[in-house]
Amino acid sequence: MSVAKTSEVREPEVIVHEVVERPVSTRRRIITGAVLVAAGLLCALGFGLGSRAGFDATFRLSAVEQYVAVPDVVLPARITCLVLGFVVVALGAYQLVRGFSRSQLRWVVTVTIVCFVLAFMCWSMTGRKGTEIDVLGLLSNTIFLAIPLILGALAGVVCERSGVINIAIEGQMIAGAWAGALFASVTHNLYIGVLAALIAGAAMGWLLAVFAIRYLVNQVVLGVVLNVFALGLTGFIYDAVMQPNTLTLNSPDVFQPIAIPVLSKIPIIGPLLFDQTVIVYATYVLIVVVDVALFRTRWGLRTRAVGEHPKAADTVGINVLWVRYRNVMLGGAIAGLAGAALTIGAIGAFTKDISSGKGFIALAAVIFGRWSPRGATAAALLFAFADALQTVLSFINPPFPIPSYFLAMLPYLATIFAVAGLVGRVRAPAADGEPYVKG
Amino acid sequence: MSSTAEAPGPEPGEKKTPRTQWRPLGGSTIVVTVLAFVAAMIVGGVLIAFADQDTRTASSYFFAYPWDTFTAAGRAIGNAYLALFEGAIFNPNTAASGTLSGYLGPISETLTSATPLILGGLSVGLAFRAGLFNIGGQGQIILGAVFAGFVGFHWHLPLGIHVVAAVLAGIIGGALWGGLAGLLKARTGAHEVITTIMLNYVAFYLLEFLLSVRGFQAPPYGQAISNNIDPSARLPHLFGSSMRVNASLFIALAAAVFFWWLLTRSTLGFKLRAVGANQFAARTAGISVERGYVVVMLIAGALSGLAGVAQILGTNPAITGDIDAGIGFDAITVALLGRANAGGTVLAGLLFGALRAGGVQMQSSTGTPVDLVEVVQALIVLFIAAPALVRAMFRFRGTGDAAGAGQLAKGWNG
Repeated sequence: MSVAKTSEVREPEVIVHEVVERPVSTRRRIITGAVLVAAGLLCALGFGLGSRAGFDATFRLSAVEQYVAVPDVVLPARITCLVLGFVVVALGAYQLVRGFSRSQLRWVVTVTIVCFVLAFMCWSMTGRKGTEIDVLGLLSNTIFLAIPLILGALAGVVCERSGVINIAIEGQMIAGAWAGALFASVTHNLYIGVLAALIAGAAMGWLLAVFAIRYLVNQVVLGVVLNVFALGLTGFIYDAVMQPNTLTLNSPDVFQPIAIPVLSKIPIIGPLLFDQTVIVYATYVLIVVVDVALFRTRWGLRTRAVGEHPKAADTVGINVLWVRYRNVMLGGAIAGLAGAALTIGAIGAFTKDISSGKGFIALAAVIFGRWSPRGATAAALLFAFADALQTVLSFINPPFPIPSYFLAMLPYLATIFAVAGLVGRVRAPAADGEPYVKG
Repeated sequence: MSSTAEAPGPEPGEKKTPRTQWRPLGGSTIVVTVLAFVAAMIVGGVLIAFADQDTRTASSYFFAYPWDTFTAAGRAIGNAYLALFEGAIFNPNTAASGTLSGYLGPISETLTSATPLILGGLSVGLAFRAGLFNIGGQGQIILGAVFAGFVGFHWHLPLGIHVVAAVLAGIIGGALWGGLAGLLKARTGAHEVITTIMLNYVAFYLLEFLLSVRGFQAPPYGQAISNNIDPSARLPHLFGSSMRVNASLFIALAAAVFFWWLLTRSTLGFKLRAVGANQFAARTAGISVERGYVVVMLIAGALSGLAGVAQILGTNPAITGDIDAGIGFDAITVALLGRANAGGTVLAGLLFGALRAGGVQMQSSTGTPVDLVEVVQALIVLFIAAPALVRAMFRFRGTGDAAGAGQLAKGWNG
């Protein structure tokens, strides 16, 4: 397997990039433009005129115990909403008349979302005088919620880039959460808990790999069944053994945040990013490592080759099945770490169904992020932000009360809109989900 | 690791057998199904022994008296599975009372649990046949139950008309929720696995919201429970009110017949199967794949909606937050075990219904957590999915049809 041979696989990659810039169809352009204008009008008229005149929106940017105090940002709510709304309307109007290109459109949509969310936050603060939003708390909660999602999404990327669909992220996660809590409790050592979580996740990955690669079982079916299996098994052991012996078997310590000396003193982002637990730091490292490895190393090239065109990869001497086994188990281990983040990285004890659908949201992040580590991370952050925002909003009184149940729907609706609206027809790795049979 | 990776799948020649039937799990015979069930129960037995306090106590001195461990484990497994049988099929203790419900009570429970599973299984199976994965059973069941339940307690119609109206409302509710996922797929290409899962959560919170609204929530507004369904909207019990089995069983059987007719006798079913077999060929043949997605999800949603109807008009007196009772996800395993055809789904629904009914009895009388049933169900499907594994475990050689693994491999790209 010389370098000269593997470099030949790179060629189809180039062709794919050429296809990306297709002109946007007129119909789609008009629909997108109309949606943008509608969103802008909602910002300006709904939130702008809906907010009570003379109220300020206060965004608090510093925590109480912070090293360098950052002043609060105080904006007049109504005018801010109007301005943000008109920005979005202008973008929509341009889209209607002239049309953005595909790559520009992605930025336009991003700007629209930011404007919309800001306007919404401004409006929601005008219900009562003196309401403020703790932006730092909101963002740190976002990171807290995002970590398992990011890890789960990375697990999905690693697995699916090699051509095996991973619906079982949820199951791998819950196995990791369970093993982490159990072994950290028994051994009183958090690192053994993490190790157990990695192994449990990898074991679930191994099951997925054996049935998908060796027994050629339909991978979506398999993932769903493995989720049921993992949920049932951990739930069974929890009820039968852990619950009656909570003190010895289910009361692990939790990782404490470690402040990185200089970096944690930076205003705003310091306490946000660099005063975190080991699992969070591991996540940062993994995001970079997976991204670099996937696109800059031999491992990544082989992974992508196997996921796109296994026959070609086989022809140049790559062991397709071995690459898949390895990646699926690696993905499982990463998902196991995501599970550990839920128990010993956060609250400690394991409870039934502790992952509560986070594996599926991670899966959505994989698709929304177009099977790239960066995209998946961004998608996971977006989702976590929606989740954190709904928590914040449930504590302040907007001028027009929104039932908390609708706020709780927000992350899921955001995912549907994201998958349906922003992504459109995504292209998975070409051989994703197709078993490879040599012959 | 490397050696297992290299292990051959089916022989290349077997790939060429025509795929006349949809086989998500590979063609396998009844023997494999039975062996898969046995293997799953064996693994379940190991788990029961592991969970049993006496067995664990005995195993602490295993090397001194190994027999103690085995007798304790055997007793635990025997008791648990006996309770499972008593809860699902026949219980000599209650039968001793001599009443009809004493004899038929367990069977009634099995049929009651099986009904929504059959309907949900048909829903998932129908989507499978058109190449879609309907993981949104939960949401569709919730919407079906909400619509049917609302008509059931809010409208006050004459006897007879009321129940029909409520059933229809349930069908509409489920179809809306399923059709939404189909529409999203057809219009925007959003993958149905993602949208249906997300719609499950949306439906769940929608239900939680409704259960906090006056007019839906039952007075005195303390608990998250809806008003009781009017008696005129309830599906009648089959053997008197002492047993829960009700007319929703006939709805499930009728739905199974409809499923069979739709897929094997109707033009629409032919189109849907064509879309499922090869969407590109179907499109070339002039079939609208997009319309197929919407239609199949509408019907699949309607079938799940009927499962919600069975729950709310048949079994439960009012809507609660857990009205779907995990049926949406169990339905997937039912459809898989039933090979996505009508007869198979009915049988699979009955089997899993029996496991559910028995599992409740097992938990109450032996303390074995009911989650065991989930594990056993997953294992059955896993083992059936890999007939080669089951055959290797029991050293049994399959013949002909069972030998291949001509499963339908489908990725994200359709």
